[in-house]
Amino acid sequence: MAASFDLNNDGVVVIIGSGAGGGTLGNELAQKGVDVVILEAGARHEYEDFINDEWGSFSQLAWTDKRTTSGDWRVAKDFPNLPAWIVKSVGGSTTHWAGASLRIQEHEFKTLSTYGKLEGANLLDWPITLAEMEPYYAKAEAKMGVTGTNDWPRLPGNNNFKVLKAGADKLGYKECHTGNMAINSVDRDDRMSCQQTGFCFQGCKWGAKWSTLYTEIPKGEATGHLEVRPNAMAIKINHDASGKVTGVVYADKDGKLQEQKARIVAVAGNSIESPRLLLNSASGKFPDGLANSSGQVGKNYMRHTTGSVYAIFDKPVHMYRGTTMAGIIRDEARHDPSRGFVGGYEFETLSLGLPFMAAFLDPGAWGRSFTTALDHYDHMAGLWIVGEDMPRAENRITLHADEKDAHGMPIADVHFDDHPNDTAMRNHAYKQATALYDAVGATRTFPTPPYPSTHNLGTNRMSEKAEDGVVNKHGQAHDIKNLFVSDGSQFTTGAAENPTLTIVSLAIRQADYIAAQMSAKTI
Amino acid sequence: MVTIYDAKPGLSRRELLKRGGIGALLVISGSAVISPEHAWGLETSALKPETMATLIQMARDIYPHDQVPDKYYAIAVKGHDEQAGKDAAYKTMIEDGIADLDKKSGDGGYRGLGWEDQRVGVLKQVETTPFFQAIRGGLVVGLYNQKEVWPIFGYEGESYSKGGYIARGFDDIEWL
Repeated sequence: MAASFDLNNDGVVVIIGSGAGGGTLGNELAQKGVDVVILEAGARHEYEDFINDEWGSFSQLAWTDKRTTSGDWRVAKDFPNLPAWIVKSVGGSTTHWAGASLRIQEHEFKTLSTYGKLEGANLLDWPITLAEMEPYYAKAEAKMGVTGTNDWPRLPGNNNFKVLKAGADKLGYKECHTGNMAINSVDRDDRMSCQQTGFCFQGCKWGAKWSTLYTEIPKGEATGHLEVRPNAMAIKINHDASGKVTGVVYADKDGKLQEQKARIVAVAGNSIESPRLLLNSASGKFPDGLANSSGQVGKNYMRHTTGSVYAIFDKPVHMYRGTTMAGIIRDEARHDPSRGFVGGYEFETLSLGLPFMAAFLDPGAWGRSFTTALDHYDHMAGLWIVGEDMPRAENRITLHADEKDAHGMPIADVHFDDHPNDTAMRNHAYKQATALYDAVGATRTFPTPPYPSTHNLGTNRMSEKAEDGVVNKHGQAHDIKNLFVSDGSQFTTGAAENPTLTIVSLAIRQADYIAAQMSAKTI
Repeated sequence: MVTIYDAKPGLSRRELLKRGGIGALLVISGSAVISPEHAWGLETSALKPETMATLIQMARDIYPHDQVPDKYYAIAVKGHDEQAGKDAAYKTMIEDGIADLDKKSGDGGYRGLGWEDQRVGVLKQVETTPFFQAIRGGLVVGLYNQKEVWPIFGYEGESYSKGGYIARGFDDIEWL
């Protein structure tokens, strides 16, 4: 039975957001007998409600509340009010994610030590190592059913993967397979296996792909210690005179402001909303926002160095059939500065349906150069580049000076400029991917610009020293001991890997820490 | 209201000539744009039917797909007529935008230019205007989100109800 807690119950842990971080933390704490209220801004749609239709699903799931953008990234020009393609719904972006579940590499936890100082980049070592993370990665992989771990077979390769693999072989890449995916390759955890339906980004209607919506959340609710409150948009975190947080003000489903009292607050609203909430919680005691004595809240916004390459062949591919992210090449994920940049990147297959291909292949383009590409949609293969981008202090989330949302809360502005390292990496990846498809006989290739950000990271970074970041190695605010950050905004640097597995692993680890501290009565 | 309806095919040649052909395919009749050969018509209420006919041609010139019939371009732009009916400033923007295209195109107007390249040359002169961007931007969803056009591009759409592709060719590539 799902719990229901009183607004004045100040013994609960309040988690803001129900995605990879918040949903996992909520369940992990509930399993330990800790009472939890999750405030989720979006509505609750169960997986049978998902829609196999790109725009229809976008309307159902996407976070479309207005945001503004600035900086030299092309998204600011093409999608000025849609910097990120993430989700406002119970389950958060785990409803939308592709499922790629990769561990961050050892050196990527130590970028400042490994890459050295880089002008214009705010590199810093994580206060945590791969060795410390490994047991939690193992727990997360087991929880999520990651293929290629725990004796679970990898998924079968679809047409798009087969083209990728053929090209990888021709180029001499060694590490190419169908990935480590949190998508059931066999029936397990009371969920069925992948039916190769496509539409992974639109929510898996089979429930084969792991999402907190139908794993962590119902399991947590079954303990009687977890309440998920949908349509509850957090506005402000309150604190007492001593500086401890005491509750969260939110707008309920009718737009009415409520306050849920709390013993502990954990912020997991993704890397735009989490710093927005901390900044909007400024007070006389914390004039620059909560947990912001370092001035780092909202800074170092990262989005991965991304881009896509689509290619047309003289024979059909039907790339959209089957798993959207159906395979990976990892050879370029190494750190090898001889390529002209630090850090590395992954190649992962990707496909868009016709409606989104029209919107994202070359936004704003028109005429025959553009339309003849779409004319051969069923002869297309495609991949996505995901690489480590450089944290920069000026790439940041700020509160808009004038514009406010329906609840009177300033909207977020997202500023992003590419670092020269990002540009060099992207150009290298475009060249390699083009060569890969040419080797299989592509007649035309398209270096496609980055989409609105799906991997939003780093805006409440983890640091050893309080002056360098917002939270410590447990995601606990340096400034306020009963305030935690539980999403990808904790990331000190971005690494080349899709972030969800690390977010889930950190949440499992954080739950252990919070429960221990509660038992010890230190928070 | 704009309505797309299936017209009775077979207006006589005499009828066509009397009503004034516009290009080879589309005919203006009263408040409607009609495609006699393909048996559909588009009735306008706010915009002039000539304007709608030019919008349809413009839509094809922006996103030309020779295998996509005019009907789908007509559906893709019909929302501008609805918007113009609700918003006088919007109506002015569209009518003025089309008048400007005609002016830039010389005596025969925009639709009188025989080659796509000639019409594209005119569109390039206005591509940064709010008018052009409203038409182009609307087409991205208006044209490509019509389920009826997807099969023309080989896109199969929804697949859950068919059990996904696990038994329907997710890995059927043979030419590699």
